[in-house]
Amino acid sequence: MPKGEIVLGCLAPHPPHVVYAENPEQNEPTSEGGWETLRWGYNRLARKLKSIEYDALVIFTPHWQTYIGTHFLGLPEFKSKSVDPVFPNIFRYNYDIKVDVDLAEKMREKASEHGIITKMMRNQDFRVDYGTITSCHMLNPDWDKPIVTISSNRNAHYYSAEVMNEQAAALGRACVEAIEESGKKVVLISSHSLSHRHFVSESPLPEDMSREHIYNHSQYVWDMKLVDLMREGKMKQLIDILPEFTEQTIGETEAGGLTWMMSAMGYPEYSAEIYGYQSVIGTGNLVAAWDPSSVTREIVL
Amino acid sequence: MEDADILFGIYCPPHPQPLLSPDASEGYAKLRQAFDTCRERIESSDADLIIVYSTTWPSIIGHQIQAHPEPEWVHVDDDFHYLGSMPYKFRMDVDFAECLADSAKERGLHSRTIAYEGFPIDTGSVVALKLLNPDNRIPACIVSSNMYSNRAETIVLGKAIRDALAKQGKKAVAVVVSSLSNRMFTEHIDPTEDRIHSSKDDEWNRKILEFFADGRLEDLSQLSREIHGQIRVQKVVAYKPAWWLAATMGQHNNYDGEVLAYEALHGSGGAVVTLTPSSGSFGDKEFDEDDVEFYHGDRDVLDKGML
Ligand SMILES: [Fe+2]
Repeated sequence: MPKGEIVLGCLAPHPPHVVYAENPEQNEPTSEGGWETLRWGYNRLARKLKSIEYDALVIFTPHWQTYIGTHFLGLPEFKSKSVDPVFPNIFRYNYDIKVDVDLAEKMREKASEHGIITKMMRNQDFRVDYGTITSCHMLNPDWDKPIVTISSNRNAHYYSAEVMNEQAAALGRACVEAIEESGKKVVLISSHSLSHRHFVSESPLPEDMSREHIYNHSQYVWDMKLVDLMREGKMKQLIDILPEFTEQTIGETEAGGLTWMMSAMGYPEYSAEIYGYQSVIGTGNLVAAWDPSSVTREIVL
Repeated sequence: MEDADILFGIYCPPHPQPLLSPDASEGYAKLRQAFDTCRERIESSDADLIIVYSTTWPSIIGHQIQAHPEPEWVHVDDDFHYLGSMPYKFRMDVDFAECLADSAKERGLHSRTIAYEGFPIDTGSVVALKLLNPDNRIPACIVSSNMYSNRAETIVLGKAIRDALAKQGKKAVAVVVSSLSNRMFTEHIDPTEDRIHSSKDDEWNRKILEFFADGRLEDLSQLSREIHGQIRVQKVVAYKPAWWLAATMGQHNNYDGEVLAYEALHGSGGAVVTLTPSSGSFGDKEFDEDDVEFYHGDRDVLDKGML
């Protein structure tokens, strides 16, 4: 069996607003659009994914928060309705998700060998989090590939952003071992915003783009600092300053997704593909991808 | 305006063991018994309403209030999914929820009611309502805990609840769902070996419980920032349950307090406490922070050229 590999890494933010704005049939509320810069970027990345051969999407999500170890979805199918607890007015999504349980179990096993506390989630009533659903819907609206969802252990809360970085990096190393042994071609997804301070009120029409802007300039400057490092292919440097970024911008990077993905990909020294940046209810959101193949890697924006 | 009528207050923990695995350890069984005692007291009271403030329901858009008349789902906890599912069907006081949303707005808060099929009611609220009000004999109201809100907003939310109770002339039991110390063990443990995560957490919890037993709720409210720094994992900006409960119950120290149980829940401090308004006072501490009647929002110092 040939060695498995990571064929693409995606930074895929999950404000439910982007799904709401797309008006897919699975989502109950309907909109007049909004957040096009982000959505069109997402649409383009989704087209690229269609042109790549892969077996599964592996997603690390901040909205399945666990304090006792790292958990993996461990049943082949989940079918239910996801209602966003924070924005229920815009996200009530009927989902039917297939899970690559073999790959999830292999990752759990490798993580455990690396000293990480782990647990398989095998309760059929469990509701898949809206972070997973939003990022996966935007990257693969046909839902024709199985996924693996990895919970985010909240090390940043219990210890510090530095400890989170270390543990997420260890999880990344474990996951890439599992992928290589599986013989599968895998797309990694780190599901989160960059800066993450929200407005605490909402305009009467959530998609009213005349009201949308970044929470403050400091958040914007920090977000752009990260985008510059991504363009320059300095991912190790980016991960090294991530604890400070997270603290200064209340970054959703606190969950560890980007660190996990970059560690699994060996801290790329090539340019990231930048697909779009836009604020959503004040938070900074970037769609980006890391393509290990120099043949298919593009300068997008 | 006529004053609000809070018959008594309950402080109880959010984790699901007392509901799903009460026999897994002596401690969980004691917590379950304490919940059962509270249930009996609610049943024998003439309460019209149970108001729940749950620290496991975070919100961003102001303060959310559950207003679906009969929310129904099967809930599963993010961490403790292996203990089983929690099917629920509750009865909400929709009239009160709407009145509270208006009362909160009148005091400057951003607030809205939530009434969607399948809305994910949080673990803490599900555990509390299933154990305290299993037959839905009394309708309930659940309010969220805004993740950015601090003292002023939380106190004003409590006062808005008093306004709404007074307007509707309803008698309520106020329930706050929160751990004391909230650091859990980061590995899976044998429930029979459960204990408070550290001596420091345990000592602080016991000090807080002394205050509760003496009925000194307002003093605990004044100590909230210290409690947050000492024994709360920094998930949110502040330890808000004592602010909310004190403001909702009238901001004083005149209660008969009773600690019904104090046990570890995967390392966190789980306590079931009741506070019943009484006439005698322990005497008030000298309060360091201003009382606040109306929420004026962020002060926007950066926009005012103050730097
Ligand atoms: Fe998020």
